[in-house]
Amino acid sequence: MNSTSNTPNQEELRRLASREGYTFFGLTLPYLVLVIALIAIPVGWLFYLSFIGRDGTLSLENYERMWKSKAYIKIFITTFKISILTTIICAAIGYPLSYFMSQLSRKWANICMIAVLIPFWTSLLVRTYAWLVLLQKKGLINNILIESGLITEPLKFVHNTTGTLIGMVHIMLPFLILPLYANMRSIDKDCLKAASSLGATPTRAFWTVFLPLTLPGLLAGLLIVFVLCLGFYVTPAILGGGKVIMAAMKISTNIEMYFNWGAASALGVVLLVVTGIILFVASKLISLDQLGNR
Amino acid sequence: MKLGIKTAGLLAAAGLALSSASAFADELRIVSWGGAYQKGQSIGIFQPAAKAMGITVKEDTYGGISDVKLQVRSGADKFDIFSSGAGSCASGAAEGLLEKLDYSVIDVSNHLPGMYSDYCAGADIFSVVAAFNTDTFGENGPRSWADFYDVDKFPGTRAMRNRVDAQLETALLADGVPMDQVYDVLDSEEGIERALDKIRSIKPHIAVWWSSGAMHAQLMKDGEVDMTTGWNGRFDVAKEDGAKVSYDWRTGIMDWEGYGIPKGVKNKDLAMKYIAEMMKPEYMAEFAKYITYGPTNGKVYELGLMDDARARQMPSHPDNAQHQLTLKTAWYSKWRTYADEMYQEMMTE
Repeated sequence: MNSTSNTPNQEELRRLASREGYTFFGLTLPYLVLVIALIAIPVGWLFYLSFIGRDGTLSLENYERMWKSKAYIKIFITTFKISILTTIICAAIGYPLSYFMSQLSRKWANICMIAVLIPFWTSLLVRTYAWLVLLQKKGLINNILIESGLITEPLKFVHNTTGTLIGMVHIMLPFLILPLYANMRSIDKDCLKAASSLGATPTRAFWTVFLPLTLPGLLAGLLIVFVLCLGFYVTPAILGGGKVIMAAMKISTNIEMYFNWGAASALGVVLLVVTGIILFVASKLISLDQLGNR
Repeated sequence: MKLGIKTAGLLAAAGLALSSASAFADELRIVSWGGAYQKGQSIGIFQPAAKAMGITVKEDTYGGISDVKLQVRSGADKFDIFSSGAGSCASGAAEGLLEKLDYSVIDVSNHLPGMYSDYCAGADIFSVVAAFNTDTFGENGPRSWADFYDVDKFPGTRAMRNRVDAQLETALLADGVPMDQVYDVLDSEEGIERALDKIRSIKPHIAVWWSSGAMHAQLMKDGEVDMTTGWNGRFDVAKEDGAKVSYDWRTGIMDWEGYGIPKGVKNKDLAMKYIAEMMKPEYMAEFAKYITYGPTNGKVYELGLMDDARARQMPSHPDNAQHQLTLKTAWYSKWRTYADEMYQEMMTE
């Protein structure tokens, strides 16, 4: 054994392997430096700042305030409630739509995809204001509903949670559809045919074959939507009418109004940690790696 | 040749440095509140005054004294002069964010009494009022703060500001506190809490917390809310545009707006001279043609620069002023930060 591993060929191979290793390390080095400089250090600094009180010394006052104040707890509940609801609604709309698109011919699927993507390329601010105009008390939607006799009093679509959700779902939907659609397109249609030939009804084939195969794309989409929602600022600020206050808005108020980096950092840290815990638990319940390797 | 390239390079570098520098020697950057208000300032004051001095003045909007705080504390250099309500300005001065104004350069000898401070040179007089939709209420809308807070007598949606300024006063006036005692009652944490509790009592009826004058004008124009707190001039402009809006001077909380300089700006001397120019009565008279905010410089009236009909529309006209509470800037320098924190808390909970 020992003698064979020392043949010139083996020696050469091992040298090549280790050189390749260095090359790859060298190639990833710029990225590693970037990650450390742009993510690790700022996040570390954020943690540090969150423990600095108003007088500039180390203290827990920023966390204490969050614990004592009813407002902060309310803000966290609002943030997670809005994010979870947006994610669920996006899934409810996005899954059938992606499925529909995956069944179309390439040409029609591309046309549908353009329809999904065009709003995606439009400025978020513009779309949010457009919703404000459409949804307000004397806006287009209420006017149509009243004139058609469906309602007599204008519905409260905006300056509340409803308006915020409508705006956010509209903005987040492409983030769910894109990975999910790609995933559905890559599924071998023969799998479903095989299921039918073995006697499965279409419903059964969907639940036992198709749905599990789309889970990686669905979960990726859900995760992207949920995490992006947690940091939303513009849409709830405009469509929430000052009544839907999410964590990002409070962070901004803390900095703008009181110039209090410590309090703002503490909010950021709590949001980061809570999100981390949620993702960790989610990954334990549904093993992401395993799904990806299916 | 080599030298030529080098020189060209240096020149290019110098050019870059110049163009990226935020302030030229003869350029000032001024920020204000946007909308109909800044339009009047721009046409009536900012640009004519700049032209008279032969300098360039660039305009932008900003979010209030918090932006001044951000600029000064972070060492950024975004604007040289800001337009601000006297209360916010006083609170900024108390925190050491502002340059002291040089009144040997800026002439305020003709200003109405109390219409300038060490850190803020008064430019116009405005009023916070309770505006109501005349489609909803006709002319019999809420004509006092007690009416505004009376949801049984005046059912309908309300809007209030998302910051504390001139909001707590409305609550105490509604609660029956006489005008001359409002700031005495507010001069304690309990007094602030009393005002906040009054606002809490109508919170289910507050449909929107507005964040800018353009926004509350739009809310009234679109009929999105039935009544709101807000600045009289914005409502007058909205009314001229066809909005169904009215207000009563008896709800007025009179305040003045002025110019301040953030601490540490490079063009401080020029900014001082520019503010001095803007204090001239002809600019203030011109500004008042665009929005109903009265001049702080008494010369406007002495020189007859404003006709009587227009003067009667100003919050500062004696007939209107007699019904109003005057905002107390000293209260804001002492309490604003605390009160605003509590106000935010009340909004969120």
